[in-house]
Amino acid sequence: MSKPRHHILSVLVQNKAGVLARVAGLFARRGYNIFSLAVAPTEDPELSRITIVVDVEETPLEQIVKQLFKLIEVVRISELDPSRSVERELLIATVRAGAEVRGQLVELANIFDAKVVAVGVDALTLSLEGSPDKLDDFEELLRGYGIVELQRTGRIALPKLDREARVRAVKGKAS
Amino acid sequence: MKITGAEALIKALEMEKVDVMFGYPGGCILPAYDPLLQSPIRHILVRHEQGAGHMAEGYAHVTGRPGVAMVTSGPAATNLVTPLCDAYMDSIPMVAITGQVSTTAIGTDAFQDCDTVGITRSITKHNELVMSPADIPLAVRQAFHIATTGRPGPVLLDLPKDVLQNTMTWHWPTDDEVAASLPGYKPNTKGHPRMIKEAAKLMLAAERPVLYLGGGVLKARAAEQVKQIAELLNIPVVTTLMARGAFPDSHPLNLGMPGMHGTAAAVTALQKSDLLIALGARFDDRVTGKVATFAPEAKIIHVDIDPAEQGKVRKPDVPIVGDCREVTKELVKALRELLDGGEKQADVGPWRSRVSGWREQFPLTYEQSEPGEALKPQYCLEMLRDNAPEDTILVSGVGQHQMWSSQYWKFEKPYTWVNSGGLGTMGFSVPAAIGAKVGCPDKTVWAIDGDGCFQMTAQELITATLSNVPIKVGILNNSYLGMVRQWQEMFYGERYSEVDLGGGVPDFVKWAESMGCVGIRVDSPEEVEPAIEKANSINDRSVVVDFRVAEGEKVFPMVPAGASNDDILLPPSQTPKREFLR
Repeated sequence: MSKPRHHILSVLVQNKAGVLARVAGLFARRGYNIFSLAVAPTEDPELSRITIVVDVEETPLEQIVKQLFKLIEVVRISELDPSRSVERELLIATVRAGAEVRGQLVELANIFDAKVVAVGVDALTLSLEGSPDKLDDFEELLRGYGIVELQRTGRIALPKLDREARVRAVKGKAS
Repeated sequence: MKITGAEALIKALEMEKVDVMFGYPGGCILPAYDPLLQSPIRHILVRHEQGAGHMAEGYAHVTGRPGVAMVTSGPAATNLVTPLCDAYMDSIPMVAITGQVSTTAIGTDAFQDCDTVGITRSITKHNELVMSPADIPLAVRQAFHIATTGRPGPVLLDLPKDVLQNTMTWHWPTDDEVAASLPGYKPNTKGHPRMIKEAAKLMLAAERPVLYLGGGVLKARAAEQVKQIAELLNIPVVTTLMARGAFPDSHPLNLGMPGMHGTAAAVTALQKSDLLIALGARFDDRVTGKVATFAPEAKIIHVDIDPAEQGKVRKPDVPIVGDCREVTKELVKALRELLDGGEKQADVGPWRSRVSGWREQFPLTYEQSEPGEALKPQYCLEMLRDNAPEDTILVSGVGQHQMWSSQYWKFEKPYTWVNSGGLGTMGFSVPAAIGAKVGCPDKTVWAIDGDGCFQMTAQELITATLSNVPIKVGILNNSYLGMVRQWQEMFYGERYSEVDLGGGVPDFVKWAESMGCVGIRVDSPEEVEPAIEKANSINDRSVVVDFRVAEGEKVFPMVPAGASNDDILLPPSQTPKREFLR
């Protein structure tokens, strides 16, 4: 996978019906592409966090952020600098694993700290949680064995604790 | 005491001081029409739901208060889509209430079930499907709050039938409760003091400044402060299509409208400026022409309440997010402080005389018709303008007649011009004029329409007659889709495709009469003034004047779509002296 111009937006929204459709609709309406998206409630049941990875230059990113801010249910948007945040993603993959390569695959899984979650006659299902880069590497190596099915969750991220993440201004929000 | 959701809805509208709503009943909204019988709210029964939406817009345009439209589910809601999008594009405060099938039937393809909230999501400032009668008062308060604050816009509430029928215990939410329910909605109205100071300095230093006024000046009710700035600095002003009336046309500093059909002086002043002070304007493509060559030497001060407008089209040197009235008030103060402190304004005298030169050399002009030739539409507008009672509100549809209206009328006061700018909705004029007349019953309302536009929504004149809302309609009838014809003539080698609207059919006079209006047909220049006088003298019913005008007349000046403003096309009589625009 080539290195895209990734920007991670962490969008705190009111946990209400239709909010995801509103966010997704805005991206479609304005012609922006979502690279990955993960959404779930936060520690506060009133709020959900949507982690959106977009693949754009700086200028359209500024427009995306401003347009997102205009959605009434969007409470806060932070742009997370990848070097100052922790990112995690989950991957599960079913890989062809005949008797002759099964040992190699288990060894590979051990090296990556992946788990074998299901075993079939000639296939294995593996899961790996970690940084998106690590998942990229793992996926690359699995490809050689023949991937039957693969699913990734899209990344979730939070600012690192040691240094403050770059947070886009919350003031001046909405209109 | 328990009341129904429908009763709560009507009560909430009364609490929001709604005095009139425009609507059309039907299946799912039926419960709401019952308590309406006991309500002081006036309901105007329209002939088509689109009419209700445009009436709400017209009402909001002239009063500044949110217009309210109420219709049923399914096709009624989809008929409201055009006015909602129109209101969204032109930032018109509006609250739409749609009926919906019962909560248990939503999504089952039940009769008149449609995803109203989904359909209108991208054309409303906000919308909400209310799932419990207890939520109605808060939803209504939120809707009016959101529609009227920040950058105004339409808000839609979708109310399932059982939500209207079931009961709730009335509670009117406090301001604090409303604020707490909208944790992400805090429009910034005050401009940043440092930016305001920065802007004031740039304004004093500029040698070729122009005040570029957009509709936001009117929305913020900032016309008075803007005039103070213009006069304090003695600098030229242009008023976009959405800002006509924000600055008096008779004022010597006003250059008129910029843009595709703007005056040569306004267009060129923007192009040659070294500082554009954009107030509540959004650098629309119809104003900028080709963006890459728009005002190439100008620095930009951009005042807008919507942060997303800053830098959307043109990167500002000084962005100020805030309400135009509050910001301009602070700007006046900042300018006075600098001047009182001994700061000197750059000499704008040479710029002003250059701009005045353009204005004198390139006035709006058209060739008068020779005796026996067809009537000129511009002449009709000049006569309408010169005979109009004071404070007349002018409402237009979309097309050539809209551009001539904006060009040839003299707007002296804010809120005397209503039109569909952003969306360009044909058929806007008649219903919007009715809404305007409902909002300002003591003012004369003239709707200027094209024959194409008129045929889209004319049936609302029945509403005008039956609801006793007398308006006046002037149809500039050239039997053509005039603006499309103009483009086909100029850019498609005179190959006219599907623009002939058929001459004598319909008979507009008979049509008007059948709807309870007075119909007058005008063919020659001599008939124009008497017909207008007659129309102005009739106040107990609506009047339709069918001006039969020349079919080939074109709107000038014109900046062709996608062209640079530098390549403005002048009327033929002025083309020989275009070098003077340099």
